[in-house]
Amino acid sequence: MPADAPLQTTPLDALHRGLGAKMVPFAGYDMPVQYPAGILAEHGWTRGHAGLFDVSHMGQVRLRGATAAAALERLVPSDIVGLKPQRTRYTLFTNDQGGILDDLMVTNAGDHLFLVVNAACKVADIAHLQAKIGADCAVEPLPDRALLALQGPEAAAALAQHAPETATLGFMSFATVSVAGVPCFVTRSGYTGEDGFEISVPNDAAERLARLLLADPRVKPIGLGARDSLRLEAGLCLYGHDIDTTTTPIEADLAWTIQKRRREAGGFPGAAVILKQLAAGAPRKRVGLKPDGKAPAREHTAVTAPDGAAIGEVTSGGFGPTVGGPVAMGYVGARHAAPGSAVNLIVRDQPRPAVVAPLPFTPHRYHRS
Amino acid sequence: MSQLKFSKEHEWVRVEGDVATVGITDYAQGQLGDVVYVELPALGRQVEQDKEAAVVESVKAASEVYAPISGEVVAVNDKLADAPATVNEAPTGDGWFFKLKIKNPKELDGLMDEAAYKTYVEGLA
Repeated sequence: MPADAPLQTTPLDALHRGLGAKMVPFAGYDMPVQYPAGILAEHGWTRGHAGLFDVSHMGQVRLRGATAAAALERLVPSDIVGLKPQRTRYTLFTNDQGGILDDLMVTNAGDHLFLVVNAACKVADIAHLQAKIGADCAVEPLPDRALLALQGPEAAAALAQHAPETATLGFMSFATVSVAGVPCFVTRSGYTGEDGFEISVPNDAAERLARLLLADPRVKPIGLGARDSLRLEAGLCLYGHDIDTTTTPIEADLAWTIQKRRREAGGFPGAAVILKQLAAGAPRKRVGLKPDGKAPAREHTAVTAPDGAAIGEVTSGGFGPTVGGPVAMGYVGARHAAPGSAVNLIVRDQPRPAVVAPLPFTPHRYHRS
Repeated sequence: MSQLKFSKEHEWVRVEGDVATVGITDYAQGQLGDVVYVELPALGRQVEQDKEAAVVESVKAASEVYAPISGEVVAVNDKLADAPATVNEAPTGDGWFFKLKIKNPKELDGLMDEAAYKTYVEGLA
């Protein structure tokens, strides 16, 4: 998108401004990076209570047709045909070189597949779907729907006030429910490492629903700044940073997205590269990096071995409010990828000791029914 | 207490004798948001006007702090290592960064007084 293109707004734009949000451009949208409480307070509130995020900039797409699941399998390495009704799965669009075009959520919504893709990739993703599988299923973008995420240990109780049936929804499960009279698609999923929900809501009801949820004292609005620090502590990838067309699912430590049948049968873009790496190992791996000191190591920070050899680069890094110190993730050569490996991060031309750390930094607390 | 002087890069200076205390302004801390890390210059280091002297980091990003005047670093605020949020809470008080032995007092003439800085910041909005 041209740099001078006017920014798009979400249906919650007036709400954000009324709440005093600091707005920034993100993926072509004017989005709240933080509210007056600030990123540290918003991060902590989400881990302790419930945070409401506007993620309406993300792309929502419906695939219709009897062979939609089989068709989608030609573009992703996950088992979609075997995905049970009302279940959601994380997957990746791969390219012929084994690189990652985008990461996405796929739900078997019964009579169709429901996809949520990244904002910055949605135009390309929809074109990719139409070009590659448009003859086998109907590709229907859903620009008339907003997306809210309600995340945190009190999210379930807060949502149950307005939609009691969501209380028993399992992790990575989907339901079409009425939330305070508004028809919504709800999945029990998120991007914080906490229990929570993503709620697809018609644009014209989004502000009303958001205000209703925010009226609950357990729920506060959370901006993109805390969304980023929460997902980093949770060890979750950010497309365009931790994964992109130059990283494979195996290098990215996302082999778990490739279920058994797909490992055996292949049939997805880049399968030759990806399945070879799955068997023989990848030359590099995405790992957690924990600086010994207090200085954060930001994206593109060089990673070196103790002998000074260049071994990789930080892809996401900053301060982890729940950890109480700097946290990062990045790629290192396979020989250095074992947790506990000593490395240096070159921050402002100085090597600073760090250790390869298991992910996540903050334990996941997903709902287990 | 002497008056503060301000740079266009949003540092402040307080002169007492031949020593200048340096920090970042309230406007700067508000723009940064929550400060989580501060890196201070080594004692004895000679810093030059408008050159990088320290680093201040928020959750989102690292920003350079420039020396508003030249001089030798004679003190640093070690308390910021364990309490970086002091920069948000008291940017022109306990949140100071470092002290310089002033090399060239004439450099102070190029800085803004409080009224001029206020007008400058309003012009950025």
